[in-house]
Amino acid sequence: MEFYRTHVLVCAGTGCTSMDSRLLRQNLYEEIIKRGLEKEVKVIETGCFGFCNLGPVMVVYPEGTFYCQVKPQDAAQIVEEHFIKGRPVERLLYQHEKDTANVVEMENIEFFKHQKRVALQNCGLIDPENIEEYIAQDGYFALAHCVKDLTPMEVIDIIKKSGLRGRGGGGFPTGTKWEFAYKSQADQKYVVCNADEGDPGAFMDRSVLEGDPHGVLEAMAIAGYAIGASKGFIYVRAEYPIAVERLKIAIRQAREYGLLGDNIFGTDFCFDIDIRLGAGAFVCGEETALLASTEGRRGEPRPRPPFPAVKGLFDKPTIINNVETFANVTKIIRNGWEWFASMGTEKSKGTKVFALAGKINNIGLIEIPMGTTLRTIIYDIGGGIPKGKKFKAAQTGGPSGGCLTETHLDIPIDYDNLIAAGSMMGSGGLIVMDEDNCMVDIARFFLEFTQEESCGKCPPCRIGTKRMLEILDRITTGKGTPEDLDNLEVLANTIKSSSLCALGQTSPNPVLSTIKHFRKEYEAHIYDKKCPAHVCQALLSYKIDPLKCKGCSLCARNCPAEAITGKIKEPFIISQDKCIKCGDCMTRCKFGAISKE
Amino acid sequence: MKSIEELRAIKAKKIGDVVSRNEKGVPTINVHMGTCGIASGAREALTAILEEIETRQIRDIHVIQSGCPGMCVNEPLITVTMPDETPYIYMKVTPEKAKSIVVRHVINHQPITEWLLNREK
Repeated sequence: MEFYRTHVLVCAGTGCTSMDSRLLRQNLYEEIIKRGLEKEVKVIETGCFGFCNLGPVMVVYPEGTFYCQVKPQDAAQIVEEHFIKGRPVERLLYQHEKDTANVVEMENIEFFKHQKRVALQNCGLIDPENIEEYIAQDGYFALAHCVKDLTPMEVIDIIKKSGLRGRGGGGFPTGTKWEFAYKSQADQKYVVCNADEGDPGAFMDRSVLEGDPHGVLEAMAIAGYAIGASKGFIYVRAEYPIAVERLKIAIRQAREYGLLGDNIFGTDFCFDIDIRLGAGAFVCGEETALLASTEGRRGEPRPRPPFPAVKGLFDKPTIINNVETFANVTKIIRNGWEWFASMGTEKSKGTKVFALAGKINNIGLIEIPMGTTLRTIIYDIGGGIPKGKKFKAAQTGGPSGGCLTETHLDIPIDYDNLIAAGSMMGSGGLIVMDEDNCMVDIARFFLEFTQEESCGKCPPCRIGTKRMLEILDRITTGKGTPEDLDNLEVLANTIKSSSLCALGQTSPNPVLSTIKHFRKEYEAHIYDKKCPAHVCQALLSYKIDPLKCKGCSLCARNCPAEAITGKIKEPFIISQDKCIKCGDCMTRCKFGAISKE
Repeated sequence: MKSIEELRAIKAKKIGDVVSRNEKGVPTINVHMGTCGIASGAREALTAILEEIETRQIRDIHVIQSGCPGMCVNEPLITVTMPDETPYIYMKVTPEKAKSIVVRHVINHQPITEWLLNREK
């Protein structure tokens, strides 16, 4: 082995890969070889750093220099200036605000400063395709400790005491789940990893699998040892090709090193893992549907009990944990439950990964201790709302959750506080909305998603969500009636109480929570036939202000519907019955004479 | 994998690969690689340092480069910083001197005072 003075970590997550990071790495390799530095400078492909909207990102160690929005053609300058002369390339450094000083070190960037990375610890730090780098980061020592020094019940006890709760949405105590499966008697048991991440906007599971696949494999083996299972399955979406590829490599390497397979660490413990690809149905993230799909049957939920811990995969006791849950397990074993329990709030321990999306400056993936406020997330880490707009709401829990408003900005975020606020943790998608978002339209968007993704097994979800969507369609097109609001609430409560699985039961939540917090917006749509945020097209009309219009005819010449008429140098007029409300005229007008209302 | 010792052996072998990414408080050798430094042989000094590190199998060390500190007449300059100590700046570092600095200063904690830039003080 050789000593490399400089390590260049280039993000190879899905986000940065879509922005040409592969070509950037290629160019870096070539430039490094051209200058004879290949024995001194090492380029490593890592998982996601989280700062996705500034991609492609790369970090140069040991200095910890953080470069963002690096283009493939920047490679030559970076090699020449930084790797040879030791001068960071200023124009590629991070700037907190325009015209402020560049920030050189990654650890001093606001976005990273407030984070506490536990599940994402290795993401962006190691090469996910190299098992030895994972081992160098104390990888597989937790598994060794468990199978060599601890009894299964002792392992379960540590997880229980740590207070770890399921990160996939429900928040069920992980240790308790393991104990149920441990106590179930059977000749065969299974460990299943739920990597069927389906919430719109959430991508933490993908990032963990892409950046630290061995962390999940090791934790699954620990779970297998704890409950007495010898077989594990990872159910992962086929839409995550990079994650699937890295998982396959990781499993192959772990088998080669004897970290999966028979007699692990010379003990009687045997454990192996296989991958099952999901076809992207939202319902397959529900545990009983996921099991059915893993068995090769149609992905449909079934009633519980019996719970999977008693009767799961192939009718054998099975534990199903989410990727992020597993990503925490190895760290708890390694650092002790006391360490984990010292983070977070009274009933929600540890950290949580959130995917920031929507109207927020720093779109990306963050990990924060439980109990951090929404204000810190949005304004300190997220960098606030673009264009100085006003914060309106944040949707947590995806289509199963609800929205948080300005009044919730300062509550500590944990499982119980979110439920009390009418939302839920969910898998950690956090979609930020500003004053330009119509809340009725948002509710309609999520309901359209759940309605389309309903598996159709139980009528409340299949028919109920369809009827709700029809009502919302009416409201957003100006055909709403005063009874619609009451009907929505009745339908919502029926679906909530009578659906078979959690996906159905939670599908009306976005509607209920927007009605609760933004009733006035619904009423404006129904009674005044107006969309206060100017989003719902049917309720919009574009008008030309005759005082501002110079009669240049630019709008009229470009109108696809030929709805604008007038004489040159005189105010033009939009014919409302021809207008298709595309907004093209408004963006083209150089005098700001066109407005929508 | 039959024993935890095997795991430890892999970790020991690879630790140098990750140490530069997450360790603080390890010795740092900074080679000043401005145009003047490179012209007077900083590149050769850097190569010598890396060779010596390889020969001695040192793994917990940072080797970085930086620009010209302004004393072009005394180039090549290298700065050695041991954890919690003040930095020592060596001047006119030849490849042979560089190797000795790695051995005597970094490994044996004995700065070579006669080659220091600030030795008068």
